[in-house]
Amino acid sequence: MNKPVAPGNTVAEEILRQQTTILEQFPEAVIFGLGINDPKGVFGTTLGLFERFGENRVFETPTAENASLGLAVGLSIAGFKPIVVHQRLDFFLLAMDQLVNSAAKWRYMFGDTYKTPMIIRLIVGRGWGQGPTHSQNLHSWFTHIPGLRVFFPSSGEDFGQVFEQALHENYPTIVIEDRWVHQLQSRVSNPCNLNQSTWTKLLVTGNDLTLLTFGFNVIIGFKLVEFFRKLGVGIELIDLVALKPLDLQPVINSVNKTRKLLVVDSGFELASIGSYIAQVIYKSAFMILEQPIEVITSGDHPEPTSHGIIKNAKINAISIANVICKMSGIFPLPDFESLEVSTPDVPNESFYGPF
Amino acid sequence: MVYSLDNLDTLLSLYRTAFLIRHVELEIAREYPKGEMRCPVHLSVGQEITSAVFSVFQTNRDYAVSSHRAHAHYLAKGGNLNAMISEIFGKVTGCSKGRGGSMHLSDPNVRFMGSSAIVGNSIPVGVGIAYGIKLRNEEAKSFIFFGDGATEEGVFYESINFAAIHNLPTIFICENNFYSVYTSLNARRPRDFEITKVIGEMGIISRKVAFGDIVGLIEAFHEIEKRQGPFFLEVETYRWLEHCGPNEDDFLGYRAIEERETFLTYNVLSELEKLILKVNLKNEELLSAIRLDIKNFVKDAFTFARESPFPDLASSIGDFNE
Repeated sequence: MNKPVAPGNTVAEEILRQQTTILEQFPEAVIFGLGINDPKGVFGTTLGLFERFGENRVFETPTAENASLGLAVGLSIAGFKPIVVHQRLDFFLLAMDQLVNSAAKWRYMFGDTYKTPMIIRLIVGRGWGQGPTHSQNLHSWFTHIPGLRVFFPSSGEDFGQVFEQALHENYPTIVIEDRWVHQLQSRVSNPCNLNQSTWTKLLVTGNDLTLLTFGFNVIIGFKLVEFFRKLGVGIELIDLVALKPLDLQPVINSVNKTRKLLVVDSGFELASIGSYIAQVIYKSAFMILEQPIEVITSGDHPEPTSHGIIKNAKINAISIANVICKMSGIFPLPDFESLEVSTPDVPNESFYGPF
Repeated sequence: MVYSLDNLDTLLSLYRTAFLIRHVELEIAREYPKGEMRCPVHLSVGQEITSAVFSVFQTNRDYAVSSHRAHAHYLAKGGNLNAMISEIFGKVTGCSKGRGGSMHLSDPNVRFMGSSAIVGNSIPVGVGIAYGIKLRNEEAKSFIFFGDGATEEGVFYESINFAAIHNLPTIFICENNFYSVYTSLNARRPRDFEITKVIGEMGIISRKVAFGDIVGLIEAFHEIEKRQGPFFLEVETYRWLEHCGPNEDDFLGYRAIEERETFLTYNVLSELEKLILKVNLKNEELLSAIRLDIKNFVKDAFTFARESPFPDLASSIGDFNE
């Protein structure tokens, strides 16, 4: 099992620490990707691995996304546990053949003969002009493919647990990382979290509205919980760490109490995991819902690059707060000033590009 | 061991595998119209010799992957015939439990690690297996079979490059039958383009074996056996039957008459028979016995497949929660 989160670690440091543990514990684990051994070490998440575990187990790849994933498939069916790292999810799109036709299928299409455990780490950019092709939240695509596991964690502890589970899986695991969670302090377990045997994690209890989200939007969710607590609205915050397999029972339980559901899905609108979740909840809890489920997505348009307009082009605390107010009958709207971020295209004041 | 066309053992080994492949494929073609094998089949009739030579050289330690036209490679690697025919029949006794069909064959017992329906798809998988061989310091090679069409895919070059960088024991074998489905190489490559030159420039030893040059093919495999790192081998060949299915397709007119006359009049089984009889005329009896053996073996496999049950739906959709 994983060591508990080291106090004071950032999420990136936790990811590094967990991978180090994996490479220590499993001689058959290997990790590779473009830039994995460069001076920045994939935002600090792979720094020092090469020095410690050597060039055979920690290796650079050429700019060859499709072959890299095929390589992982070959390694996994030969008994290894590969970790594939891409600094942007968008680059990984070149590997769709190997993902969909090989990685997800090898076990199934050869009659369960092989195991293909692997971790595919995909980082999603945000802010600082990441724009149309460096910030796409395409998690819903992956959930569409039978044979994949899809995770979107936001805390160091969850990353560790997801990695640990992935190594024992028969199938590949995609782990999507919001770039902006990397430098956050890794939050420590919520006590109410400890006994949960599901990846659909109840983070904060509340009686008035269920807020279901994942990735960096969980961080925003915490802010909103505080903001609305002062207004007398109790938000129940649920972190959907696993998008596939999807466990919505905790959401159904929550909705039975709050009777209101808001899903914040960072992906594009049509055929999103958010809309699928709404369908399942309607089917299971239609009579209990007080009003229609709201699903906030990134709309049906690419993300513009210009920092002059990013503020309103991206899901943010205020855009979510507006919907919560509507759902909670709060009118006139409260002052959102405390939710304002002075520089909406960076994760914190000290961040100064370029990516 | 040294293999040669002057050696009866070599000749008989080649003949056995080539005849097995030819006979299996022709039986599939003959039986196909009965409608029991309801999946695409890409037959290797005419293309047997590369697999036959491969089967002589490969060891149980070696791995192999292949493409959509995989029957010959599967059999040459020692793959279970009953399981292959059953797979094509869609039966639960198939090597993939009826989930994959003709294009998705595998037999892990002989390290035939899979074949794929997507052009170029299994090439990087074979490179990954080779990387595993390197990590474990195994005495083995990873053989990757594909056609000329796959050499036009990006992932092919990505894979070649990676194998070269890491000096992996990866044997890329391109069976060039000059057509990607019905599209000729002339429409797909610049004039005078030689894939072996390109791959050679990428740092991998490359050889080309001309159509019908069995001696050259054996020499190339001797070289593969001796060398440690990656190797690229292009073998010219010619497909007798249609791209996909049991029939001929030359009524479509996509292959020039002169070309067909050159290639289709060459029959590798007759060539091997001639060589075997040259050693000793009395070997005709031996050949008859081999043929009879194989025919019975194949007949039994079809019976086995026919009598095998279909899988049930519950197990066929897979259990992704396991």
